[in-house]
Amino acid sequence: MSKKTLLNSKDIEIILHRLACQLIENHNDFSNTVLIGLQPRGSFLANRLANLLKTDYNIKNLELGLLDITFYRDDFRRKEKPLAAETTEMDFLIEGKKVVIIDDVLFSGRSIRAALTAIQSYGRPENIELLVLIDRRFSRHLPIQPNYRGRQVDAINEERVLVTWKETSTKDAVFIELK
Amino acid sequence: MSELSVEHLLGIKYLKPNDIDVIFKTADHFKEVINRPIKKVPSLRDITIANLFFENSTRTKLSFELAEKRLSADVINFSAGQSSVKKGETLIDTVNNILAMKVDIVVMRHGNVGAGVFLSKHVNAKIINAGDGTHEHPTQALLDSYSIREKLGSVKGKKIVIVGDILHSRVALSNIFALQLQGAKVKVCGPTTLIPKHITSLGVEVETNLKKALEWCDVANVLRVQHERMDIKYFPSTREYTQLFGINQQILDNLGKKIVIMHPGPINRGVEITSDVADSNDSIILNQVENGVAVRMAVIYLLAQQIKR
Repeated sequence: MSKKTLLNSKDIEIILHRLACQLIENHNDFSNTVLIGLQPRGSFLANRLANLLKTDYNIKNLELGLLDITFYRDDFRRKEKPLAAETTEMDFLIEGKKVVIIDDVLFSGRSIRAALTAIQSYGRPENIELLVLIDRRFSRHLPIQPNYRGRQVDAINEERVLVTWKETSTKDAVFIELK
Repeated sequence: MSELSVEHLLGIKYLKPNDIDVIFKTADHFKEVINRPIKKVPSLRDITIANLFFENSTRTKLSFELAEKRLSADVINFSAGQSSVKKGETLIDTVNNILAMKVDIVVMRHGNVGAGVFLSKHVNAKIINAGDGTHEHPTQALLDSYSIREKLGSVKGKKIVIVGDILHSRVALSNIFALQLQGAKVKVCGPTTLIPKHITSLGVEVETNLKKALEWCDVANVLRVQHERMDIKYFPSTREYTQLFGINQQILDNLGKKIVIMHPGPINRGVEITSDVADSNDSIILNQVENGVAVRMAVIYLLAQQIKR
């Protein structure tokens, strides 16, 4: 199995700052915007971006939710292993709000499809955008595209994109490995 | 492990400690779901569930039906009162006729002990026991433990007394199994005529003095006297039962400590428990009802996960 580093921690830091600035461009002071990280892996990126916006860009009253989409997935009972849910932490409603869904890797688009359904349980948002760190653009199963992307990757299907965060691993990095 | 070790939920005695853990963790997620503005998830869109109630039920039937609908399953209901059981059909025939309509899960309450086990051996569907005679009522015991865990943080090491008609109670038996599986200590308390002869062989203690039992416990689970299951007189009068085993505020005030009051319902107010106790802050009776939906969603979800198409 060969493993290649796609982004190191410095690259990721630069990308996070750029994504934060792009968000500010479209959402100003975030008074009518909520960020929603998809559990489990999107929540690291969402937390990181939210902290960056608060500390480096002085955004106050930023609302961040963590959404688990297990019960909305379309592969229930189609996998060998059972699907185990993560906690959902959404202590606000999204009625009339602008929502930014945040995930680490956009691959087939099925998770995002599930997230779009799940979000409806919390009200009718004004609009929904998608932010991803890695966009694997040739592997989509559904017509879903990100509004904000960290890096576009033309990986083939046999390759796996792996994102590690220093919260759970040794460092921030993105690897590409051949299965 | 996030899987159940069993293929049906027939009774607590077939479960392992990890099963209870998995059910409770899943129920935590569903409890969050049922407190959302839209309380429904699409997980079980392609699952059909039959609720077969050969015995009367209000709360359990409603709770199961709501749980199934919150998971987006299709639901059909059947009550023995309006059915061909009265015309002489056997249980297996009744259920196989229903399964011929492509049903995946059967939730059944039946007056006979072991009806669920019997059915699970003869029909091709997941069976959830919603009460079989005086034997087991596993989802009630699970929601009771879940409610204790929610109120006190954990069940392990807690002291629980079950007060009332233990002899006719499937809730009592399932609770004893469930609580012991999680490492709680259990006592039963009631008139000696309403306590099964060999219950101590299950590792529970018998206490016939209500005051002593309440002083010992952290949680009192109060049961109703099941007059409908009694063919002989087990105690002289309801008034005497209430004087000896009825819980009122005065008894609780004299304990010198707070205990949690539970009741699986239906309550006979003024008999086994007074209104002020049932409606007090120490009572978690309505939490039990709310948790019932989340726990049943978890059980159905976890069993449905095993169905492969």
